[in-house]
Amino acid sequence: MSGTRALLEVQDLQIDIVSAKHRHNVVENVSFTIDHGETFGLVGESGCGKSITALAMIGLLRSPLVISSGSIRFRDRELRGLPERELRKLRGNRIAMIFQEPMTALNPVSPVGRQIAEMFVLHQGATWHEAERKAVEALASVQVPAPEQRVKSYPHEMSGGMRQRIMIAIALACKPDLLIADEPTTALDVTVQAEILKLMKELCSARGTAVLMISHDLGVIAKMCRNVGIMYAGHLVEQRPVEAIFRSPSHPYTNGLLNSLPRLGSRGIHGRKRLQEITGVVPSISAFPAGCRFQPRCERASALCATTQPDQADLGDEGYVRCFHHG
Amino acid sequence: MSGAFTMDNRAGPLLRVENLSVHFPVRTGLLGRSRRLVRALNNVDLTLEKGECLSVVGESGCGKSTLAFSIVGLQTPTSGSIHFEGRAITGKAQPSRIERARMAQIVFQDPYASLNPRQTVLTSLAAPLRLQGIVNNGEVEGRVMEMMRLVGLSPDKAKCFPHEFSGGQRQRIGIARALILSPKVVVLDEPVSALDVSIRAQIINLLLDLKERLELSYIMISHDLSVVEHMSNRVAVMYFGQVVEEGRWDRIFGNPAHPYTRRLIAAIPDPFAAFTTPSLIDEAGAQGPPHGFDYHPREFGTHDIYSDPPASQLVSIGDDHRVRLVPAAA
Amino acid sequence: MGLRLNLVLGGTLCLIVIVAAVLAPWLTPLSPVMDADLMNAELPPSAEFWFGTDAQGRDVFTRILYGARVSLTVGIGSQLINTTIGLILGISAGYFGGWWDDLVNGLTNLMLSVPSLIFALAIMAVLGPGLSSLLIALGLTNWSWTCRIARSSTLSLKSQSYVQAAKTLGYSDFRIMLTQILPNIVGPVLVIATLGMGDAILAEAALSFLGLGIQPPQPSWGNMLTDARELIAIAPWVAIFPGLAIFMTVLGLNLFGDGLRDWLDPHMRTRPV
Repeated sequence: MSGTRALLEVQDLQIDIVSAKHRHNVVENVSFTIDHGETFGLVGESGCGKSITALAMIGLLRSPLVISSGSIRFRDRELRGLPERELRKLRGNRIAMIFQEPMTALNPVSPVGRQIAEMFVLHQGATWHEAERKAVEALASVQVPAPEQRVKSYPHEMSGGMRQRIMIAIALACKPDLLIADEPTTALDVTVQAEILKLMKELCSARGTAVLMISHDLGVIAKMCRNVGIMYAGHLVEQRPVEAIFRSPSHPYTNGLLNSLPRLGSRGIHGRKRLQEITGVVPSISAFPAGCRFQPRCERASALCATTQPDQADLGDEGYVRCFHHG
Repeated sequence: MSGAFTMDNRAGPLLRVENLSVHFPVRTGLLGRSRRLVRALNNVDLTLEKGECLSVVGESGCGKSTLAFSIVGLQTPTSGSIHFEGRAITGKAQPSRIERARMAQIVFQDPYASLNPRQTVLTSLAAPLRLQGIVNNGEVEGRVMEMMRLVGLSPDKAKCFPHEFSGGQRQRIGIARALILSPKVVVLDEPVSALDVSIRAQIINLLLDLKERLELSYIMISHDLSVVEHMSNRVAVMYFGQVVEEGRWDRIFGNPAHPYTRRLIAAIPDPFAAFTTPSLIDEAGAQGPPHGFDYHPREFGTHDIYSDPPASQLVSIGDDHRVRLVPAAA
Repeated sequence: MGLRLNLVLGGTLCLIVIVAAVLAPWLTPLSPVMDADLMNAELPPSAEFWFGTDAQGRDVFTRILYGARVSLTVGIGSQLINTTIGLILGISAGYFGGWWDDLVNGLTNLMLSVPSLIFALAIMAVLGPGLSSLLIALGLTNWSWTCRIARSSTLSLKSQSYVQAAKTLGYSDFRIMLTQILPNIVGPVLVIATLGMGDAILAEAALSFLGLGIQPPQPSWGNMLTDARELIAIAPWVAIFPGLAIFMTVLGLNLFGDGLRDWLDPHMRTRPV
């Protein structure tokens, strides 16, 4: 917490899908802050708006997705409405991003060393010669063996884990303030996932890079993050320090999600217990219910929930929940 | 004579995989002239008892899907055999597709790719019955409706197309299709990993309920070890086409012996372990291999799917618990 | 909205040709062959002869209506043959693979490396002129794109788990190709067939122009152009109207085919929200 203010402040973000005939809300009333060097997790199921929120952070939303209201302040500067030229200066330089499938994010016809070097040329005005030397260092920093030889390799010659290391090297090349990681290890095997998460954690804490971690995997979030936001159907329903979420989940959705997962080791102690189900299905964007969006699947729902959106309720541990009947 | 034969069948396991190997030829080189063999499965031995859920775990490329496909007849083994109720279902004595369909079925991972977009639920569930010679329309529809109810789908959705269902509902259709011919063995290929997290519990519970009600036996392929621990009776750990450890679920999870198994379990990002329970794997408690043997895990970076694995054998190290060992280097 | 324009415009043009062909005897009292009248030769378009008359004094409008029958028969007939051949070869090659796939691939590449019109010319030379020879010649020479699309679609569908599931459920290979693969590739194949119809109509015109197709006095748009060659300076309408008919028909088919492709491609449709 080097500065007095947070690194990233998102206030009441609302994103809609706008077409000639329809306007559907995808993300509503989303607020969170990320401090310098902090790792913040955004958890939710597919279609909950977590990836769209992340894209909005770097101005990559494209029609028909539109930010309708709210603000995104990065280092005290409003990003919403910033011209593309300015955004481009930030992207890859101050804010970097890594994706789930590195194969589609890397250029297949360019050697990986050159793709890393490009970042130095683009954002730091380095000469190609200088940049290629730095690329070798960058590869070494993500623990790629034999970096001098590896700079000449093409993405398809590498394993998924190796490619994700390359992505991390590109993303962290310019020592950004914020790294947005959208499901960075979902496509990887567990043992490789463990290595990549460890690497991300070490590199980011050594450089003071803040991370916005997007995942559907609560285990990954628990391992990496200090604060976590739970998203459901475009709403941020609960935001808490990560330990509080797991010790005493407050929102019925969070609670249901945690109880629906088989817990490793629990069968050995308690025997096999039937998993608690969350009934119903995740609503589609065109059919978000009025009021609280979780209410049709919620055991605690009352008449109020079906008509009114709950406000943020403070929980005293720097966290909040959006539920009339929070526990 | 025939009586004795049946007796013999009952004594054996429901499904027996014996010395199964699958090698794929791949073309390499500029002109595709040189051919190499990828050893996807190497001398795999497994048995499945009636009413059991045997999980096969391992990372991508370890051969677990090849094993699943071999069991349901989608992959022809290079050598070795698979026996169903004592009868060989691979090689020369192979049963017809129609016959085999009643023995083992498969539930696929991706509920979006596993249903024909141009067929209604009714069509895709009825066609297999008709192929078995059940031609009476009333009987066919009756069975389809019953199966839909059994997997928790409303029978009035029978005329709907796959795109009208959510992912979880589609997986229920996939399960119904696998069960419509009343097979005894069902292969579950990553049955919940493509589903939304809040839907997974529904499908896991459904699979466990159906197993009890219909006396099914499962072979589950999965990389999600918490689901495996919850569902399995026995677990087989695969690594580069071989079973490296195999045994009762509580032995594999409570007392893993092979270094690869230990690494796999330690790598699971368990949300609760970080805050509530101490780490499952106690590194100090690692037990050494029996005298004269070595675990020989092929380390990352040095592995090679093109060559034969070193000579090794599965050795019993306790009650229903086996681990793969190689003779210790002198 | 913009996407539908191709479909509507193309569809309308095609419909006009179909109506002309089917209703020809009711749309004109004259005969395309018998009603020659040298007294009325080479008359410009008028209220009596809408498109004028040709060197033998036959009504050009009437001949174009009857010519549409030839074009349509050739277009539809040859595409039926082409599509059937392409589907059978393409699906079976993609599904079975191996030596059969290599063979079909070789054949397809051979077909693609020689202009199909040259192939058709060779066949016509052997079979002699006439409508049935035209159908055979054009039906045997333009299946390679259908075959390619069918093969590559089959290759990707083959690994879909619903096709795998069908195998485990006891479907025979033939039944899998028929019920699991074919219905999922009709879309793109239909597009190719529509576009191919335009090609076939052009090819018919070209062959008839060269004197190998429909023989005079039977009218076809191609042989009408042959007849018009010497008159182009003095009676240009004799050349303009058959040319226009070919142009409109082929344009209509291409627009319709393009529209069909966009309409069948879910990515091109307006976003379902």
